[in-house]
Amino acid sequence: MPITVPAYGKEAAGRLASMADVTADDGALRRFLHGLPGVDAVGLQARAATLGTRSIKTTAKAYAIDLAISMIDLTTLEGADTPGKVRALCAKGIHPDPTDRTSPKVAAICVYPDMVATAKEALGDSGIHVASVATAFPAGRAALPVKLADTRDAVAAGADEIDMVIDRGAFLSGRYMDVFEEIKAVKEACARPDGSAAHLKVIFETGELQTYDNVRRVSWLAMLAGADFIKTSTGKVAVNATPPVTLLMLEAVRDFHAATGVQVGVKPAGGIRTTKDAIKYLVMVNETLGEPWLTADWFRFGASSLLNDLLMQRQKLSTGRYSGPDYVTVD
Amino acid sequence: MTFDYAPAPESRAVVDIAPSYGLFVDGEFAPASDGKVFKTVSPSTEEVLSEVAQASADDVDRAVKAARKAFEKWSALPGAERAKYLFRIARIIQERSRELAVLESLDNGKPIRESRDADLPLVAAHFFYYAGWADKLDHAGYGANPRPLGVAGQVIPWNFPLLMLAWKIAPALATGNTVVLKPAETTPLSALFFADICRQAGLPKGVVNILTGDGSTGAALVAHPDVNKVAFTGSTEVGKAIARTVAGTDKKVTLELGGKAANIVFDDAPLDQAVEGIVNGIFFNQGHVCCAGSRLLVQESVADEVLDALKRRMRTLRVGDPLDKNTDIGAINSAEQLARITALADAGEAEGAERWSPSCELPTTGYWFAPTLFTGVTQAHRIAREEIFGPVLSVLTFRTPAEAVEKANNTPYGLSAGIWTEKGSRMLWMANQLRAGVIWSNTFNKFDPASPFGGYQESGYGREGGRHGLEAYLNV
Repeated sequence: MPITVPAYGKEAAGRLASMADVTADDGALRRFLHGLPGVDAVGLQARAATLGTRSIKTTAKAYAIDLAISMIDLTTLEGADTPGKVRALCAKGIHPDPTDRTSPKVAAICVYPDMVATAKEALGDSGIHVASVATAFPAGRAALPVKLADTRDAVAAGADEIDMVIDRGAFLSGRYMDVFEEIKAVKEACARPDGSAAHLKVIFETGELQTYDNVRRVSWLAMLAGADFIKTSTGKVAVNATPPVTLLMLEAVRDFHAATGVQVGVKPAGGIRTTKDAIKYLVMVNETLGEPWLTADWFRFGASSLLNDLLMQRQKLSTGRYSGPDYVTVD
Repeated sequence: MTFDYAPAPESRAVVDIAPSYGLFVDGEFAPASDGKVFKTVSPSTEEVLSEVAQASADDVDRAVKAARKAFEKWSALPGAERAKYLFRIARIIQERSRELAVLESLDNGKPIRESRDADLPLVAAHFFYYAGWADKLDHAGYGANPRPLGVAGQVIPWNFPLLMLAWKIAPALATGNTVVLKPAETTPLSALFFADICRQAGLPKGVVNILTGDGSTGAALVAHPDVNKVAFTGSTEVGKAIARTVAGTDKKVTLELGGKAANIVFDDAPLDQAVEGIVNGIFFNQGHVCCAGSRLLVQESVADEVLDALKRRMRTLRVGDPLDKNTDIGAINSAEQLARITALADAGEAEGAERWSPSCELPTTGYWFAPTLFTGVTQAHRIAREEIFGPVLSVLTFRTPAEAVEKANNTPYGLSAGIWTEKGSRMLWMANQLRAGVIWSNTFNKFDPASPFGGYQESGYGREGGRHGLEAYLNV
């Protein structure tokens, strides 16, 4: 299934423009973000935990496993990455289960910008996207021109999707407009000469933002700046995606859609390793945003080791027996 | 394809229900003296689960005598010895919690998700909590060596059969009293299983006696001259009758009666969590909760937003088989209760409130009522004043904190209230103004054995739970 990235409709763009006054200046943006409803931490965590108790069995489980596989951004982000490693990962993305060709493909291969060309070539016409982490990933600590050059490089090399990190320092010190402008600039840098654009995912590093109120504010900030996707984390810090944070971002996306008509995707990343966990996330999407978001166009998992567990569970469902780590590929 | 959750039913095989049960008196099961029985059915399927004995006045007398005899030895035990039995009961409840949860869902109709995740953990927690008090009564604040009252006659409702049993029996035994307990007519089974647990724990004979039966059994128990303490949870109407019965006697009484709690949402509330709290406040246990947040008071400035969010959330509620782990709302406990709910909801419509329910398919057998919302409700409507005891929410609005207080307090009841605001000072101010026994802030329907529970006005008197709950069973 090739992944399409729908562009905003004219009507939606118009409604988004009608919110332009909230981003008119620093003060307006601050007042808007601080006027969003607060988040009660205990209540949010309780709701996420309750959604985690849904019991997904038999046909629903088979459906969820295939859906989760098709939503994976299969990722390698190591200093030691080589073309060989990336090619191996791409091969796995195309045929996740060598013993069962009915397995769906993953959504994208996620690599550093210098590996984009390699990945693009290895994936060929498989329909799998190449996602690239740009903007001085994962710290985001570089001058704006450097970040923009990083982005343009990745796009020029053929990246379909750009995963940018925000400047957490600017956000935490209250310079919301700086963050807003930076996201806008990166979004512009995603444009290609032919008029199309790479899809922009904005990474918040929610583990560093600490509070749930911050997560709701930064979600709105990124969506107002034009993010196509909002993403929890880089996977490089102690606390990455958690169910409550993801639920909160799903709620922000729901409210933003209600306000503007603009659909934004969500990507939890880091620490989602088991089928059980992945299904809990899908239940959250299902009960918060519903069917329109239950596709790889609008929901992704940033993960590297999740795929193998999904494949083992998939094998269990089709054969009735548990296999083992030697029945799935190492990468 | 859509993400439809396949059925995930909990197995019934873990619970073994006998075709008939006798009364549990003096450590033995025996039929009623006049041989009368009645049937208990599963409200979700109308299937007859078992047949239980209908205790007569003679049986009540026999049970009270057994409890009186047991009282001498039980009250003379050192607190630490009584604690051992209570701890043992608590552990057995934990070990058998799956069995008890399935039984409770079968007999009561509540979803297994709630009996498994809410009821049973709380039941065990109450026994653990009061087991801890048994040898520390000298330090409970009621003077040195406070004495038990004697025989406690306890009558409990059908909404939380095992939990209400725990609320009644755990403090009574911890303080050295003995017990004759009558479970509700429609949900007698878990109390009978508890009788078995008492035997399993080696509890001395006669300390706990269980009499199944209808209102006449309860009335005989309450009126029995050798009962020293009456504890009742149930309707205000029956509570008043009990108060009249015991008036002029030296019996101690606690009553936990009806409610019509206000759940108050301010415009600065954490809205997503408030919506969850509203849902939990009224649809938990099908609204069969005396402290249910059945009157939603929303600040006018956010009323539309809250209602939209609430309706959207209500569309995701899953109504159906209580034993399915994905069910959010189970069956109404009995045909009579369903008729009451239906009549009151119809009255709401007739009086001009606007009725709304999400589209949901209800099973064809059993007793069911779709989650229901009434907007445009005023203080003058019956649905704003009378306890419905079902999944029916009445929505009212207010403009200022003072108006919220005035409307919230404008009720004959006063069991609980909820306040949703991000502003701490307003929350504390509201809590001081509201006349209710329990006030939750940014949450609803949260229970803990350490926290006292009880009402104002027609919601009853006395407190259960916590250190305060000891007082009702001590001669102080």
